[in-house]
Amino acid sequence: MTKVTLAKGLNAGLRKAMEDDPKVLVMGEDVGKLGGVFRITDGLQKDFGEDRVIDSPLAESGIIGTAVGMAMRGYRPVCEIQFDGFVYPAYDQIVSQVAKIHFRSKGRVKMPVVIRIPFGGGIGAVEHHSESPEAQFAHTPGLKVVACSNPVDGYWMIQQAIACDDPVIFLEPKRQYHADKADLDTSAEPQPLFTSRVVRAGSDLTLLAYGPMVKTCLASAEAAAGEGKSIEVVDLRTLSPLDLGPVYASVRKTGRAVVAHEAHVNLGMGAEVAARITEQCFYSLESPVLRVGGFDTPYPPSRIEEQWLPDLDRVLDAVDRSLAY
Amino acid sequence: MSESPLPVPAAPSRAGSGFGPDISEVFGPHAADGGPDLVQLLTPEGERVEHPDFSFGTDLSGDDEAAMIRGFYRDMTLTRRIDTEATALQRHGELGIWAQLLGQEAAQIGSGRALRRQDFAFPTYREHGVAWCRGIDPLQLLGLFRGVDHGDWDPEQAHFGLYTIVIGAQTLHATGYAMGLQRDGDVGTGDPDRDAAVVAYFGDGASSQGDVNEAFIFAASYNAPVVFFCQNNQWAISEPIERQSKIPLFHRALGFGFPGVRVDGNDVLATYAVAKAALQRARDGQGPTLVEAYTYRMGAHTTTDDPTRYRLSEELETWKLKDPIQRVKAYLTRNGLADQAFLEAVNIEAEELGQHLREGCHALPEPSPLDVFDRVYAEQTPELAEQRAGYADYLDSFDVPAETGSPR
Repeated sequence: MTKVTLAKGLNAGLRKAMEDDPKVLVMGEDVGKLGGVFRITDGLQKDFGEDRVIDSPLAESGIIGTAVGMAMRGYRPVCEIQFDGFVYPAYDQIVSQVAKIHFRSKGRVKMPVVIRIPFGGGIGAVEHHSESPEAQFAHTPGLKVVACSNPVDGYWMIQQAIACDDPVIFLEPKRQYHADKADLDTSAEPQPLFTSRVVRAGSDLTLLAYGPMVKTCLASAEAAAGEGKSIEVVDLRTLSPLDLGPVYASVRKTGRAVVAHEAHVNLGMGAEVAARITEQCFYSLESPVLRVGGFDTPYPPSRIEEQWLPDLDRVLDAVDRSLAY
Repeated sequence: MSESPLPVPAAPSRAGSGFGPDISEVFGPHAADGGPDLVQLLTPEGERVEHPDFSFGTDLSGDDEAAMIRGFYRDMTLTRRIDTEATALQRHGELGIWAQLLGQEAAQIGSGRALRRQDFAFPTYREHGVAWCRGIDPLQLLGLFRGVDHGDWDPEQAHFGLYTIVIGAQTLHATGYAMGLQRDGDVGTGDPDRDAAVVAYFGDGASSQGDVNEAFIFAASYNAPVVFFCQNNQWAISEPIERQSKIPLFHRALGFGFPGVRVDGNDVLATYAVAKAALQRARDGQGPTLVEAYTYRMGAHTTTDDPTRYRLSEELETWKLKDPIQRVKAYLTRNGLADQAFLEAVNIEAEELGQHLREGCHALPEPSPLDVFDRVYAEQTPELAEQRAGYADYLDSFDVPAETGSPR
């Protein structure tokens, strides 16, 4: 049992995947000698060589497009997109090629490509470094989309994503990379990748989150407990496919749900989750499913990002509105 | 807004300007014959000519060489028949659309026949001749255009990727596949049965795409064993090559750090010789090459296009004189290398192929509406399985069985 940050958990998970399967390759900008701008691939090139940890030219479409070819040759590329806002040059390759080749080929060609994207804000960065594009990928059939929220999940989920025969968009909450440490037991049995998890039990309201907002929602639930409100928190973990069975069970118990994410509310993941809860739990609901998230504006200059991002108070505000309904 | 076109200033001389010589002084003007750098081994009149760097048949006996050229003639004739038949099928409403290759037979057969079994080709949606060389039943090409599938051959088995419609995207896939060959140790071993190369097909229009330029950069950076085979057919739907490039396309390779060569794309001996040499460079570990096959799209972009709106018929007439099949026929017959019986046999084979396509096209199985759910993922998701089951139940609620399609 060791205490690790999310960055170390991911690094250890990548290392384990590369040790287990010689077909696993890591590629991206600055992933080699530098170990990535967030050091997630630190030390991997030294140990696995330049053929398996590939410093790519500075071209995102090129990274994903060549990964497609390597996957066709039997490799399992793990691509790093340096920041969320830089994924768009690769958007065509991801949406039109990576996502569709299995379908186009009647299942003859598999695309076991993992695309790691550090996402979300809160690090005081300049424009294009703090975005949450998950809904764009969850809206694309053929892709699977997951988001880790803690060091232990980081370790297991990256290995499970790499082992998956389908393309996985792997979202990493960048502001958590070097934040909290957790006990990692590498001999434990991991939870399956495409499943959600109740991370705090409660009876008055169900709070749904993923990635960086899980921590915020846990803190919100703790604060609400001080006011006598019992909040259940679910870490969705997988955004496509969604695993809402545990969510429905929770909402049928609590009768109320709030979905929180950093991404813009309009047509975000919360909209889909709210629609499905409404379809499945209609007679259990005591109030409409509420959403709390980023406003429908481009990401703001960093000096006001803490106001723009949903924080503990805005989550609690939504909780109060739901409970008061 | 002014109705008049923008004034085009005369190109000023750059002599002594500090910005080097004028572009036209370096590369010369565009020329309909492909310019002085064009590699040609068989003239439009069917005369063999020498080239200092490339040759055809020098490693073959006279009989073998003649047999190979007869083979090219057969391949090109049958490929043209596939194209003609598919065009007719579209006119009869059997195909929704067809992308014609008329005029590009030599570029495709020459490069396609230069491939070894272990090489891998990444096509656009017009490489019907290359597909023929890879042993794909031309009937399988029709499914995409009939709307019954998105391609029905196994890319790994045929070593031929599925048709790629997003322009230029496949050049990156080819480069990545070539990087995979490097990691497999299948480059530069000296074993002719092991060393492999990749060929990426694309057109003059695609040369403007970011993906193609990124593919050039990745291939150069990693010295990947890939041949970029550009069929410059002069037209990207309605836009002429001058809209895509101010310099001959093959010269672009130098800027990326690898060699480029322009070959007469209507000369099958030259396209074979140049592709063979470029593929061998790749297999030997010497890295990428850009081959510009200078040819002409004698048909429309697709069966929905109308070239009379944007190009002159004189241009087509000029290129008809450079027909890739006629020059081989002239060479073979004039030199006594093919008799009437051979030509007749090829014609009969073409007729049979046409019949195979007509009959087979009608018989292509219709997809089931439930198929789509099963092919999205290698590992099916519960929610898609549920959606499939719900739709199956919905279809079952009608009198028509689900597997034969929904009622109209």
